[in-house]
Amino acid sequence: MTGKTLYDKLWNQHLVREADGGDALIYIDRQLLHEVTSPQAFAGLRDAKRVPRRLAANLAVADHNVPTTDRSAGIDDPIARLQVETLDRNCAEFGITEFNMTDPRQGIVHVVGPEQGVTQPGMTIVCGDSHTATHGALGALAFGIGTSEVEHVLATQCLMARKMKNMRIVLNGALAEGMASKDMILRVIGEIGTSGGTGYTIEFAGSAVENASMEARMTLCNMAIEAGARAGIIAVDQKTVDYLRGRPYSPSGDHFDLAVKAWRELVSDPDAVFDAEHVIDVTDLRPQVTWGTSPEMVASVDDVIPDPADAPDEGKREGWSRALEYMALEPGTQIGSIEVDKVFIGACTNGRIEDLRAAASIARGRRVAPNIKQALVVPGSGLVKKQAEDEGLDRIFIDAGFEWREPGCSMCLAMNADRLEPGERCAATSNRNFEGRQGYGGRTHLVSPVMAAAAAVAGHFADPNKL
Amino acid sequence: MKKFIKYTGVVIPINRDNIDTDAIIPKQFLKSVDKSGFGDNLFDAWRYEDQGEPGADCSNRPLNKEFVLNRKPYRDGSFLLARENFGCGSSREHAVWALRDFGIRTVIAASFADIFHNNCFKNGVLPIALPLADIEWLFARDDEQGAFSMEIDLERQALTSEDGNVYRFEIDEFKKHCLLEGLDDIGLTLQHEPDISAYEARRAKEAPWLFPDLQL
Repeated sequence: MTGKTLYDKLWNQHLVREADGGDALIYIDRQLLHEVTSPQAFAGLRDAKRVPRRLAANLAVADHNVPTTDRSAGIDDPIARLQVETLDRNCAEFGITEFNMTDPRQGIVHVVGPEQGVTQPGMTIVCGDSHTATHGALGALAFGIGTSEVEHVLATQCLMARKMKNMRIVLNGALAEGMASKDMILRVIGEIGTSGGTGYTIEFAGSAVENASMEARMTLCNMAIEAGARAGIIAVDQKTVDYLRGRPYSPSGDHFDLAVKAWRELVSDPDAVFDAEHVIDVTDLRPQVTWGTSPEMVASVDDVIPDPADAPDEGKREGWSRALEYMALEPGTQIGSIEVDKVFIGACTNGRIEDLRAAASIARGRRVAPNIKQALVVPGSGLVKKQAEDEGLDRIFIDAGFEWREPGCSMCLAMNADRLEPGERCAATSNRNFEGRQGYGGRTHLVSPVMAAAAAVAGHFADPNKL
Repeated sequence: MKKFIKYTGVVIPINRDNIDTDAIIPKQFLKSVDKSGFGDNLFDAWRYEDQGEPGADCSNRPLNKEFVLNRKPYRDGSFLLARENFGCGSSREHAVWALRDFGIRTVIAASFADIFHNNCFKNGVLPIALPLADIEWLFARDDEQGAFSMEIDLERQALTSEDGNVYRFEIDEFKKHCLLEGLDDIGLTLQHEPDISAYEARRAKEAPWLFPDLQL
């Protein structure tokens, strides 16, 4: 018998009913809820006179709409306020634990889950948000779902699902100074494309992944969805176990030891067979910058903007042309010469403490360039913010001319007041550079925290090692 | 959910790869707590010349007259035609609600992003993947001879263009059944309640740390 992949093991452990021609029924251990994709699910439950099956399996936190400025007076925008208050009301009515907007633990749901130990290896985790893939870094099967499925999980603790195929992406080699896991994942997406992982669960492996910190692994898995895969996963190792120890919702006492024993099994067997595999050496990887309106449109900071005439096919040629027109960029332009208007450091991709430390290492003793209209640093959670402040990172940013904000999704998707104005260009540590993503007419370049900070102090993209 | 019935309608072509859910329904409209009312803001940034705000009346907004949804007879269309990786990006089901509210019941593309594809079936919208060559042909058909209509017969798994070309497509039998009957997934899953309880009882013994609430 051939060995099993990590994904096979996670799938098998959660199978409630085998597929009989259609989808299988799988058990969901944890559902994370936020204000944008849950109100209609709660309304559906109420209409059908149903109740959540397992209250303790859910955790709610408002993140998408919350202001990142002073919150003591509540939310100005009445529509956003209604949505956040609706989450509060639904959680209170049904009895679901919620970290509300003023809770010190509040933050982006995908930062809060691992930080609290709510995310654990071996779990199935869902959330009405595609970046749920983040949690796979801890050896969990985690993926985004739509609102109908949010309601389905609330009511049944299960999902109808079809097993995905197995893909392994092996990242070998040691990253050079100043490179980050964000550069690795952008490189992967550039190579396999935004639909390269469609229909697969991606396991990230290889020495560069083994050597990566837990937070860096979360950045990798976070953007599995930008490669088309609903879930990205990474095998459990000692770092995973150490990360989980002592977190508020982690198992404790005997249960922790019992859990660790089970978690150790959460690796792909040596003889497991993958349906697809990509091997990438990251030794010579250079800082990545997206230049278009899809995350696959990416190059290194030393490159020039590509010419659509060189695109591999007609569809891509049209896509590149349209993207360059939207981005107001000319083929042949040095990426390092592109000036930006705004800088955004944060999001579920790069809003954790290591990301802030990395950005602060560039900001320290420097000033935000005069052409930058705004440089935002938005911690991923209240606890990340506090930790950063304890380390003095807030002072470094503020002294350099960055704005230090309250936690939330912020300018990653610009549902709150943090956004680009039409035509503005932004160096962002978030995950999507789609048209209008950060604001109507806004132009987004996805980069690592180090590159975002470098762009802030140089006023344009620049090699962080040569500032 | 309404039953998916056989119907005929105009095909709306949007000749792009990677049409993302941010394009289908921009984020400002996600602030709604309702499941309907998104149709006027479908493809908002492409469809209007100004910046849309939630709750605003769209009837007097300046239209991008070039955009296909603003042209006759496409604006009354009920099939959407696109290229690769349709519906990529955010998991927002609002994207499907917007398509459905506009009147689109069938999306034909070369490929779909997984979450969007799933969300369609929960809302009586049928996503059909056709080979790229067929997709190219359909775009060319529209480009060269103007708008055309199609008939969808889900029972027979066939799309028929007005000039008589038939395109067969694959669909999971169970999903087909649910669409045709307009079935509620939750109700179906709850029929398996004994299986769910048995799973929980077994798993709580294997992995008690996952079920602190179910410990006796």
